[in-house]
Amino acid sequence: MTPIQITYPNMMVILPEVVLSCWVFFMMMADLFIPKEKKEINAVLGLIGLAVTAVSVFMVLSYGDISSFNDSMRSDRFALFFKLLFIITAALAILISAKYIAIEGVNWGEYYSILLFSVVGMMVLVSATDLVTVYLGMEFMALSIYVLTGFIRHDVRSNEAALKYFLLGAFSSGLILYGMVLLYGVTGSTNVYKIANFLAANDNYSNPLMIASVILLISGFAFKIAAVPFHMWAPDAYEGAPTSITAFMSVGPKAASFAALLRVFLVALPVMKPHWVAIFWGVSAISMVVGNVVAVAQTNIKRMLAYSGIGHAGYILMGVIAGTRMGVASVLLYMLVYIFMSIGAFSVIILLRKTGVKGDEIKDFSGFARRYPSLGLCMLIFLISLIGLPPTAGFIGKLYLFAAAVEAEYYYLAVIGVLMSVVSLFYYMQVAKTMYIDEEIEGQELVPSRALTFVVYFCAAATLLIGMFPDGFISAAMAAVLPI
Amino acid sequence: MINYAWLIPLFPTIAAIINGLFGRKYMRHHYSDYIATGAVMTSFLISLVIFFEVVSGSTLNVNYWDWIVSGDLHVSFGFLIDPLTAIMLLVVTGISSLVHLYSIGYMHDDDGYYRFFTYLSMFTVSMLILIMGNNYLLMFFGWEGVGLCSYLLIGFWFEKKSAGDAAKKAFVVNRVGDLGFVLGLFLLISQLGTLDYEQVFQLAPIHLTTGVATAITLLLFVGATAKSAQIPLYTWLPDAMEGPTPVSALIHAATMVTAGVYMVARSHVIYSMSPTTMEIVAVVGAITALFAATIAIAQNDIKRIVAYSTVSQLGYMFMGLGLGAYTAGVYHLFTHAFFKACLFLGCGSVIHALSGEQDIRRMGGLFPHIKLTAITFLIAALANAGIFPFAGFFSKDEILWAAFSGGHYVIWGIGATAAFCSAFYMFRLYFVAFTGESRVDHHVAHHIHESPSVMTGPLVLLAFLAATVGALALPPGNGFIHHFLGNVFGHHEHNVTGIAAEFFHKFSALVTGEPTAHGHLLEYFMMLVSLAIALSGIGLAYLMYYKKVEALNPEVLAVRFRLIYRAFLNKYWVDELYDFLFVNPIKRAGQGLWDFDGKIIDGTVNGVSRLTLIKGEITNFLDKYVVDGTVNGLAIFVDFKSRILRRTQTGDVQNYALVMLFGVVFVMGIYYFY
Repeated sequence: MTPIQITYPNMMVILPEVVLSCWVFFMMMADLFIPKEKKEINAVLGLIGLAVTAVSVFMVLSYGDISSFNDSMRSDRFALFFKLLFIITAALAILISAKYIAIEGVNWGEYYSILLFSVVGMMVLVSATDLVTVYLGMEFMALSIYVLTGFIRHDVRSNEAALKYFLLGAFSSGLILYGMVLLYGVTGSTNVYKIANFLAANDNYSNPLMIASVILLISGFAFKIAAVPFHMWAPDAYEGAPTSITAFMSVGPKAASFAALLRVFLVALPVMKPHWVAIFWGVSAISMVVGNVVAVAQTNIKRMLAYSGIGHAGYILMGVIAGTRMGVASVLLYMLVYIFMSIGAFSVIILLRKTGVKGDEIKDFSGFARRYPSLGLCMLIFLISLIGLPPTAGFIGKLYLFAAAVEAEYYYLAVIGVLMSVVSLFYYMQVAKTMYIDEEIEGQELVPSRALTFVVYFCAAATLLIGMFPDGFISAAMAAVLPI
Repeated sequence: MINYAWLIPLFPTIAAIINGLFGRKYMRHHYSDYIATGAVMTSFLISLVIFFEVVSGSTLNVNYWDWIVSGDLHVSFGFLIDPLTAIMLLVVTGISSLVHLYSIGYMHDDDGYYRFFTYLSMFTVSMLILIMGNNYLLMFFGWEGVGLCSYLLIGFWFEKKSAGDAAKKAFVVNRVGDLGFVLGLFLLISQLGTLDYEQVFQLAPIHLTTGVATAITLLLFVGATAKSAQIPLYTWLPDAMEGPTPVSALIHAATMVTAGVYMVARSHVIYSMSPTTMEIVAVVGAITALFAATIAIAQNDIKRIVAYSTVSQLGYMFMGLGLGAYTAGVYHLFTHAFFKACLFLGCGSVIHALSGEQDIRRMGGLFPHIKLTAITFLIAALANAGIFPFAGFFSKDEILWAAFSGGHYVIWGIGATAAFCSAFYMFRLYFVAFTGESRVDHHVAHHIHESPSVMTGPLVLLAFLAATVGALALPPGNGFIHHFLGNVFGHHEHNVTGIAAEFFHKFSALVTGEPTAHGHLLEYFMMLVSLAIALSGIGLAYLMYYKKVEALNPEVLAVRFRLIYRAFLNKYWVDELYDFLFVNPIKRAGQGLWDFDGKIIDGTVNGVSRLTLIKGEITNFLDKYVVDGTVNGLAIFVDFKSRILRRTQTGDVQNYALVMLFGVVFVMGIYYFY
């Protein structure tokens, strides 16, 4: 074993992480001086922090692809693309939270700090090029999310969700670690590039240890992206968590995990591709089927969206399986698209949250669009986008995913995907039907929050915008593709 | 024959396996005992042959196979047979055979007959490995093995709460000691890189500084204080009397509790390097000897008296070891094994005769009814009291002599006082239980009967040995035992002469005109002194409990010396002290965690599942989970979940984790088998 070379690290690589971390520490201290009834100031501070971080991301962008910390962290367009996604996601999540957590009675400053800490974890995760930093980022992200899931301390459902998520998350971390350990055992390194070099030079294709390692890594990642059969936590966690956090975790951690998954499998393990493609194929297919079919039976809209999210994980995996530039670009593009339609949909759910009423049952939407036509229209846009119909962003995203799968000749997978999109039409339209056709019900009042309505309109606009003028976004995604 | 030493532990192993696996189903009664007893007797015969071979000068040190190889550490499975092991072999297999035999009668009607013999065989194997191993790890293996068997046998009647508690206590206290023992072994490994006796004893004088040797020996001694019931970890032994009486005789008197003594004797090379440890061992031994002897004076349970007597006698052994008189210590182990086993088996016989009565206040006048038991008990009691020419006299006296001649007058004083107490409590027990008027319960009195010959046989044999093995130490300081064990301990034996002895030598030289020829004169004189001490102890017991002299009425004395009596009776409140200091705080902490678990975590989980249930009913549970799920065919997991949830009400995280695990196993299965 060669001794570890310690050189002065290039701090630019982790500049966004550093900036955001420092900002969060500042926020935590500032929180002490913010009176109880004005905790919204934290939200403003958080937004400012995210803006500063966004600036730092663009600064780093001009440095091109840089690695440091013994090649364990890498700042390239791929990572920066995701970091921007996280900033957008977190900003939207903060905007929809401010009023919501006050209604839930958990208006505490650390909410924002923990949320931003999880963003730091995600940023580490997407920059990680070493299994150790991958794990570090993943745990950092996950631990913050566990806390946020159980943030409504007095609500037994929230506690349950957090406990389940935590226990199963710990379990999946174990799986990932085993996979990493085996990988290290075979290749003698934890660095993704060194692993790739070793595997290219030494034939380990049929080494049972390598196969076990691949299976365990897939299991761990499949948990993070909530793919079948590692999805069991998602419906409970989505349902129990504060809705703003559900919105956040349906996008942020999922995107970060996909990024890490792409890096580990495409950069470190291209040699093993036939193995992991075979497994991912199965996971993808079964996720699309289970997610969409079970969603049909749900009456709780958060649960329904959880199952729909499982289905979406299956769709997105198609891009990973294709493994081409096109495939990776389609994953990136879909993550971008998914942010707006998912957070948008959850924002509408939060709009219906009032003290004493959860507003997360599908029947709570009865007549919603008739009473609030413009917001109803926004919700319709999100639903159509989630189904994947033009002229919305969801259509563009799915189009590229399916195209990548077809291009890489995974026809069956594409067929399953299309069929399941048809199934999803049924349950999404169920909601639309409830909104437009069912009788209005009493007490359907909105949360009086301009930030929240702004997010709804903004997301709807973004969904339509990407759907109608996708070129810029597609080329941004293509530019951020990992070098394969 | 010595090359076939591995046969010795083999036979009981086979017996344990047969009885353990097939005992319950295929051997109702009277097969398991034949197998176990036959096996251990065969082992005894081999041991006897080997003993004579060792006497004629052969030894054995052989590694059979590599047990643990890790980096530089190399531990073999191998046996060492030298005079020390040979004498231990005799004790272990001999007493074990007799106890097996005795148990055939004593345990006759017990449902766990096969289980009892399985444990006994297991114990014998473990003990044999402990004494035969040629490295510390094998010793530790045996050490833990006997601990486990002791636990199983103390709690043999586990349906009795007191037995279960006593077993737990023994186990936990021994864990404390084991921690010390293990740390000692780690230190040995880190300092010498080996656990093999031969290498350790070769390397230790060269590589170990006195400080490190002190640390190692003290840590090992912590293990010994637990296993051999010394202060401060002796409290488990009296409670261990909850086990069947043959077990008390074999494990908690004759063999297992002497493991600590054996360990110190075996490690004498390292122990001799540290004067500090030696001093501590001697002082702990002496104090334990007196402490336990005084407690024994006030006890009324026949087995407990003998149990405290055991603690006290073990104290003597450590006293001898600590003074550097290794031979004397091991010799006392040897003699003690016989007379204490005899005492315990005698207790068993008494209890058997009285249908389970253990309180000496409800005995009395037993002598005419159970003559054989009474006579053997008397012989063993005389040996325990240290009366010439019974075995205990020689070994105990040698320890006291080592203290006196070495100039440790305080230790000698403590030992002598303890000897007085020993004689007193032993004969208090004897006079109260066997002589005088019968205070036996009427219902029991009808069928007082002598035990069957399978029980009295071992008693007679042990009493005979208790009376005669003292001859091995004749002439004093120069007998067979000294030459035999001298091969092992050699120059490590301590021979410092104290001032009084010096003075006496000069005095006798002055009187007789010969400088040192009559060095033994003082030794003979001190023998007379200790004999007088023992006799006076018996005399006091005689006056108090046989003659019942009014001035010495025990009850009056108990009132007059209330505080002292209560201290003795309540065992100096040490159990209460430990409860207060360690047991209760730990229990409270555990209770706290349990409450937390019960109220908060379970409460949450139960609350959640209950909530889910209610909610499920309200929101058309069936529609949500079962009907639609089944209709869709693919919602099996959901259905599964709802069923599990309803059944267990504990939340279903495990179920989720199980599904994840199934996923992994499923994919792996496809890969590896398809």
